[in-house]
Order: sequence, then structure tokens, then C-alpha cells
Amino acid sequence: MTVELIAGAIKAILMIFIGLQLAIFLLYFERKGSALIQDRIGSNRASITGLGKRLGLPNLGIINTLIADPVKLFTKEDFIPDGADKFLHTLAPFLALFPVMITFVIIPFGDTISIGGRVFDLQATNLNAGALYLLATLGLGVYGVAIAGWASNNRWSLLGGIRATAQMISYELAMGLAIVSVVMTFGTLNLQEIVRGQGGVWFGFLPRWGIFMQPLAFILLLTAGAAESKRVPFDLPESESELILGYFTEYSGGKQAVFMLTDLAEQALIAMLLTTFFLGGWQVPWLMRDGFHFPGGAFLSVPALAVSLLGIVAFLVKVLALCIFLGLVRWTLPRFRYDQLMKLGWKGLVPLGLFNVMVTAFVIVATGSVQ
Amino acid sequence: MPPFLYLFLGALAIVSALGVVAQRNPIHSLLSLISTLLIIAIFFIAEDAVVVGFLQIIVYAGAIMVLFLFVIWLLNLQAEIGPTGHVVLKVFGSLGAAALATELFLFLGAPHLEVKIFHQPAGYGSLASLANTLFTDYLVSFEVTSVLLLAAVVGSVALARRIPNETGEGSSDPRAAGLIRDAAAATAATSRRAQG
Repeated sequence: MTVELIAGAIKAILMIFIGLQLAIFLLYFERKGSALIQDRIGSNRASITGLGKRLGLPNLGIINTLIADPVKLFTKEDFIPDGADKFLHTLAPFLALFPVMITFVIIPFGDTISIGGRVFDLQATNLNAGALYLLATLGLGVYGVAIAGWASNNRWSLLGGIRATAQMISYELAMGLAIVSVVMTFGTLNLQEIVRGQGGVWFGFLPRWGIFMQPLAFILLLTAGAAESKRVPFDLPESESELILGYFTEYSGGKQAVFMLTDLAEQALIAMLLTTFFLGGWQVPWLMRDGFHFPGGAFLSVPALAVSLLGIVAFLVKVLALCIFLGLVRWTLPRFRYDQLMKLGWKGLVPLGLFNVMVTAFVIVATGSVQ
Repeated sequence: MPPFLYLFLGALAIVSALGVVAQRNPIHSLLSLISTLLIIAIFFIAEDAVVVGFLQIIVYAGAIMVLFLFVIWLLNLQAEIGPTGHVVLKVFGSLGAAALATELFLFLGAPHLEVKIFHQPAGYGSLASLANTLFTDYLVSFEVTSVLLLAAVVGSVALARRIPNETGEGSSDPRAAGLIRDAAAATAATSRRAQG
């Protein structure tokens, strides 16, 4: 019992740590990657003792983006505007960050691993109602931004807060529908079981990943997820040309950093969800419990521990690839207009999601694959 | 659930429920209500009614409370600065509260009150058992309720629909008009979500 509790705590901390590391990577990618995409040089000034330059190494801007900027943010004055609701103004960033952080614990990041004769499930909490937990925590993310916009006593903030709330609750519906069709396909709400259901191959070579069974749901969740994390092209709540910084205009220092971290962590979370539901989670193509079964009959034996570790690596690689993809989208597409955003959500994604659920139900009944 | 956690959460639920009525600022009351609903959801989950607990968070704490938030924003409700309400209301309110307190006291003081512990069968409160009950025993009422909700959605859309000329034109401040439009769209969106 104690061992399970300690293992659970370690797994939960590990998962939140991975999420934060991905957010930090996204922060770096946002600065230097965007420079790469737009053919700029990007941050390359800060350096410690100029050592890298003397050694002839290129300055990758790591000190700029990952040390100088956060240190600057966290040492800045924490300003609360006049007439603001002091308590809620302080509470809001944490209300925004908390639901994202607690959602990480539901993501399965590997199959079971056996250490010292004990078998551990590589998922912090294996909930049977995992998908419901997911929808519940994502639904609570609205309050942080809504309260931030309201408590700042600033019209731009309030407008940003209202926009953010309307956008998030509109796209949550499409997200829910996409998740429902995946849940119907695999017949379980348990995320670990959903990943297990994506093992094996079709036609001898094609992995049984969710993206091949539910391509429409993948696009729906990708779009709705990008909208949930409030990044370009869905960054209307903080569109700087209209609303200064939207709901966190009146935030400075550490609290502003928390809001930025929330968005980045949410992006990492979306990448993890897409990986879990559609890219087979920790499944490595053709890798079974005993080794690789390549198409064509070739077989390569792999020890059990290596299989578990390969699963974790595969999960991280997929998540990282999706994170980079989301970053590329961010620096490629222009921002939507607000009416376009609402049209896309309510007239585009929601009907498509309902259609997808209906088709999935018909296919399940027709093929008799319901349990 | 361990007893100390039960007592702690119960006390927290009561304090936040009191906060809903005791606080002057409507947004503070709303947040208290959300925290009360979340704690009740934790009780549901601890009693193996996992699905009900999560639905409580998704529907009540996640959707209906957002609707409340928009209503507060739309009506621009401010914090009450002084005592409100008529004297008669206060008299009847205190009488009602006293009656409720007496009733609760008498009920708790009853000697025949005993605590029974039920052991639920495996799978109780899971989505599978809930779905089985819903789609076998209560199928007709379930379907009839869905029709009722659909009628409510259609009705609310019909009520919210305005003649195009009136939309936002009456207001002198264009920014306020935009705010009202945004909020109205969002309110309609929330109510649709809350009902679906």
C-alpha cells in the first residue's frame, strides 16, 4: 500500500514535471523557432561570461529565453491596479494553472514496468472514468481567465475575459464530441485502456492507431484544442492589436508568467491528449511485449524492461512532434476574426462532431463490434 | 474517505455555502457556490458515484456557473454596500430560519437515528451500470426528458433572437454595444451547452 502511494506520488510529480518541461521547450520554440520560421535571427544576446563565443559556439538564445526572461519576470514588481479586487486578482492565475496541472496525472505515459518483482502501471492515476475527469478539469479552466478579466477593473481585461470564456466554452463542446467518438470506438473511458486498444496492426503493416479509425475526430480535437489553449490563430482573448494583452493586461511579474505558463502547459496537454487518443500513446509501431514484429515476418527480440522504456520514449517523441506542429501552426496562420471564430466553432466543428458521433455509432452497430 | 477528511471537507462545504449568502459581491458569492459544488462532487466520488461526481463538475461547476457569471456580467451587478430588503422580508426570513434550525435540531436529537453503512456491489456508480439503468429501466423517461430539453433549447433560441435592426444600435457607446453582443452570444452558447 505504502509503495503504491509513493509510486503514485512519484508518477504524478514526474508527469507534471514532464508537462512543465514541455511548456519550457515550447517557450524556447516560441522565441527561437519563430525566428527560424520567419527568417530572423531571434534572441542571441545574453551570455554568461561570453564563454560560448570564445569557444566559437553559436548563441542559441537559451540563456535569453530560459534564464534571463523568467528571472526578469519573477523579479519585477507585482503590481495590483487601483480598484482591482485584490484577492481575486491574486487568485486568478492559480485558478487558471491548477486545472491544467491536475489533468496531467491522467495521461498514460507508458505500459506497465516491473521493477524488483513489482509491476507498476505507468500512469499516475488509472481512473476508470478518465475521459470524464478530463472533461471536468478542462471545464474548470474557464474560471481563471474569466476571473482575471473581471478582477482587474479594466475594460480591456474584461473584454478579453469575456472573449476567452465564450471561446473556451464553445470549443469545449467540439472537444467533448471528439472525445465521445473516440470513447465509443474503444468502448472505454479509461485512457490506459484506450491506448492498449491501439496496439497491433491492420493489413500486416498499419498500426491500429486512433487517427486511422477517427481521422475527423483527430482534426476536431486538434482544432478545438488549439482554441482551448488560446494560441494563434485562436488568440482573440489576448489579441494585442485590439485588447493590449486581453485578460492579463493588468498583470505583471510572476503572475503574468503564470498565465503564459498556463497557455504553454495547456498546449503541451493538448499534444499529450492527441497522442493518447489518436497516435497510440506509448505504442511503438510493431513492438509487442516480446519484441518487434516487423511487416514481412522479421522478428527482433527486445527485453521487457527495454520495451517499457521504449514506450515512454515513443510517447515523449510523439508529444514533442505534436508540440512542434502546434508551434508551426501558431507561426503560420493569421488570427481569426471573432465572428469567424464563433462560426467555425458552432457551425463547423459542432455539427461535424455530431455527424462523427452518429457515423461512429452506425459503424459500431453495423459491424457488431459493441461489447 | 477517512473521517477527518470527511469532517474537514464537510466543514469547508458549509463555510463556502454560507459564503454564497453572506458575501456582498455577486462574483465572490458565485465562486463560493462553485467551491461548494466541487466539494459535493468530491463527496459523490468518494461514495463510488464517480460518474455523478464528474457530471456534477462538468454540468454544474463547469457550465451552469459560467452561465451565472455571464448573467452577473450582463446585468452589471455591483457589490451591495448596505443592508437591503424590506423589514417584513427580514422578519419572515428570520422566522423561517428559526423554524428550519428547530426542525434540524429535533431531527438530529431523535433517539432512533442510526447510521447504516451500505456495501455497494462492485461496479456500482460506474458509467456502465448507470447506462444500463438509464437505457433499460428508465428509457422512456430519459427520452421524454431529452425532448423536453430540446424544446427548452428551441424556446430559448426563439426568445434570444432579435430583429437585426435592434442589435446593439440603441446603445450610445459602441464598445459597450460590442461587449453586450459578445456576452449575449456567449450566454446563448453557454445555455445551449448547459442543456446539451
